[in-house]
Amino acid sequence: MNAIETRSLRKVYPAPAVKKRRGAPAPPAPPSGGIVAIDSLDLTVNDGEFFGVLGPNGAGKTTLIGILTTRVRITAGEAMVAGANVASEPAAVRRRIGVVPQRPNPDRSLSVIENLVFHATYFGIARAEAARRGQELLERLGIADKANAKVDQLSGGQQQRLMIARALTHDPRVVFLDEPTVGLDPQARLSLWEILRELHGQGRTIVMSTHYMEEADQLCDRLAIIDQGKLLALDTPAALKAKAPGDTLVEVTFDGDASIAADAARAMDGVSNAEARGPLLRVFSRRGGEIIPVLIDAGEAHGRIVRDIHLSRPSLETLFISLTGRKLT
Amino acid sequence: MTAESLAPVAPSRVFAAILLRDLTVARRELPYFLVRTALQPILFVVVFGFLLPKMGMIPRGYSTTMLPGVVALSLTLSAIQSVALPMMQDFGFTKEIEDRLLSPVPIHLVAVEKVVSGVLQGVVAALFVLPVARLIMGPIAGLSFANAPLLLAVTVLGGAAFSAMGLYLGTGIAPQQIGLMFSVIVAPMIMFGCTYYPWAGLDHVPVMKWLVLINPLVYVSEGMRAALTPGLPHMPIPALLAALVVLTVFFMWVGLRAFDKRAMS
Repeated sequence: MNAIETRSLRKVYPAPAVKKRRGAPAPPAPPSGGIVAIDSLDLTVNDGEFFGVLGPNGAGKTTLIGILTTRVRITAGEAMVAGANVASEPAAVRRRIGVVPQRPNPDRSLSVIENLVFHATYFGIARAEAARRGQELLERLGIADKANAKVDQLSGGQQQRLMIARALTHDPRVVFLDEPTVGLDPQARLSLWEILRELHGQGRTIVMSTHYMEEADQLCDRLAIIDQGKLLALDTPAALKAKAPGDTLVEVTFDGDASIAADAARAMDGVSNAEARGPLLRVFSRRGGEIIPVLIDAGEAHGRIVRDIHLSRPSLETLFISLTGRKLT
Repeated sequence: MTAESLAPVAPSRVFAAILLRDLTVARRELPYFLVRTALQPILFVVVFGFLLPKMGMIPRGYSTTMLPGVVALSLTLSAIQSVALPMMQDFGFTKEIEDRLLSPVPIHLVAVEKVVSGVLQGVVAALFVLPVARLIMGPIAGLSFANAPLLLAVTVLGGAAFSAMGLYLGTGIAPQQIGLMFSVIVAPMIMFGCTYYPWAGLDHVPVMKWLVLINPLVYVSEGMRAALTPGLPHMPIPALLAALVVLTVFFMWVGLRAFDKRAMS
């Protein structure tokens, strides 16, 4: 059985109501039909897979996780999670999933261990068993010494661990993590990676959204790259990297509009693609950094001065830029 | 791990677990809770039930009129706050309620649980204020507990109507407008809720007598009057019970709709 399956999934949020102020000019009309957050998305996640959803802020990652965790209504299409339909059997879906939210939202009226014990009882687990599991999870996640502390006494990283422990108390088949490492310091991030690897090793399906390329590359079996609600690419990190333009990405920032330099660059030998975004010139070069002097000359010939130069090897990042024309972060 | 995760959980068990969570938290915050909900009615009792009668500015029998109103006020204020305040906080800022919204039951059960917990907290506040008021005001002529079934019915229905109203206010109003909620909705409701005077007394101002009928508190005050001081004039009992049932159903309906909008996007 597939852990997750979506068919022609679509989510449209109603356009925000625009209030007209007296005396102010009429505001621009909102986009008719609302804001499309997810657009005809077909996804399949296998059982036991560590699946990454990669995309920039606003790509639709949180909406997708919201739909799969029954917190966002579907506009059209269908989504199945662990064999249950999110729209018609939401309670059954919730029984089978654990959710680690983007921002920790522990129950602040309860202590650390109580957070786990009460959560387990919401899933019908008897109190004694809940207490045993809670203690075990706190130990596994390295916050057992904080069991009786107030939630407010935990650091950001510890709160995130508490959220993971909470998501695991009812032994879910699929664990969702929405950008779990945002706001964590590098050390906390690395230790979270360890925890996630361990969970994956136990055969659990993990679905994680992130906008960190490195994280996706390191942890995930397969990756879906989405932007503006659409699936752009779906494969293993290795295969995706192989699909990345085999060329080095050269980014040159000028002190003004770069479009003239882009025209010149496209005519150059060894350039597969070039485009200008305001003062930023992006060139995919088959000759690595060799073309940099020529690019600088091309700009200077039109009176532009170079402010910054950046070279990137073929990677998920350069693939993403070639797919979307945008950076991830 | 899979066998267990597939078994459905009895909704009643989940409901009981969530209710236990709310009661555990409420018990810990009991002193704050009582100050928040009972202080205002008790202060009224001190001034209108003790000081002014002592000064001879209010006839002594007034405490009989006022006591049921004060009990009604404690019940309704605490019921409304016990639901509205956490809802505003949870949905507006902390998102703490998410863990319950992710429990394996229909999400309406989470809202209904809050209303039930609001009723229980209202009862606790009323049970606290009643003896305190009696202590401050001295013996109260005509006070009777003989009408226990009616007292219970008014307490439960009144608590339910106001908890459901709290559900609506807590989910339907933007958190920034919480101050406005108290000054524009709650304060006038208290003043025109027949808490400090009987509804029959409004015979002197007929327009008011009919206008106040839109105020849900009127039915709880009059119901408490009918139950606690049956010798004094009060609204017909079937009418006020029917009104409380209608109000509970109405606020539950609009409250659940508003809750849905906040709980799912």
